[in-house]
Amino acid sequence: MHELTIEYFALLREQRGQATERLQTAAATPAALYAELQARHGFTLPGDRVRAAINGAFAASDAPLRSGDLVVFIPPVAGG
Amino acid sequence: MFRISPTPLEIPALRATLADARAGACVTFEGWVRDHNEGQAVQSLEYEAYVPLAEAEGERILAEARARFGVLGAVAAHRVGHLALGDLAVWVGVTAAHRAAAFDACRYIIDEAKARLPIWKKEHYASGTTAWINCATRGGPAAEQPRG
Repeated sequence: MHELTIEYFALLREQRGQATERLQTAAATPAALYAELQARHGFTLPGDRVRAAINGAFAASDAPLRSGDLVVFIPPVAGG
Repeated sequence: MFRISPTPLEIPALRATLADARAGACVTFEGWVRDHNEGQAVQSLEYEAYVPLAEAEGERILAEARARFGVLGAVAAHRVGHLALGDLAVWVGVTAAHRAAAFDACRYIIDEAKARLPIWKKEHYASGTTAWINCATRGGPAAEQPRG
């Protein structure tokens, strides 16, 4: 188990009902973590449409998660 | 300089950062809030950003534009918050010795910004409903979704 901080934006923030949380989890990768959170909170976006960022940088969905990491899941973007 | 701003973008101040005696061309792009999207009447927009990553990725896009097109200066700013119709949502400015490179780089920057920056847009419709753009759950993987 490790403790992570997760920040939510846009659709995920609204579906979670909060912008940030700390979480104890056994999820070893962003993909596994998203699946866990999706099952718990009913996120409508499939995992393959969400990118991950770890500690402020884009990360692969199978990147290793470590205790203390800040994880952000990035819904499909729409700037401009 | 790529900046995410919660307050209205000040074009004269942004433009002034580009001043360069070597430049013979300055191309700018303004993205405005429009009153319709995909057949729906839009009343206002909300922009939200993951600011540290949006600014870092924005700086990378500007650096790519400088390297690829050989331009002299490149700056951009993007609003976050609740915007009204006609408001300025994004501004890009590029200077170069000659106009062709400045046009190409400006186009590159806004296209890459739309595709890559962690910025999200929620449309408020005249019907009273809202929608996060590109976040509908039908359709294929994120990379194949149309960009706003």
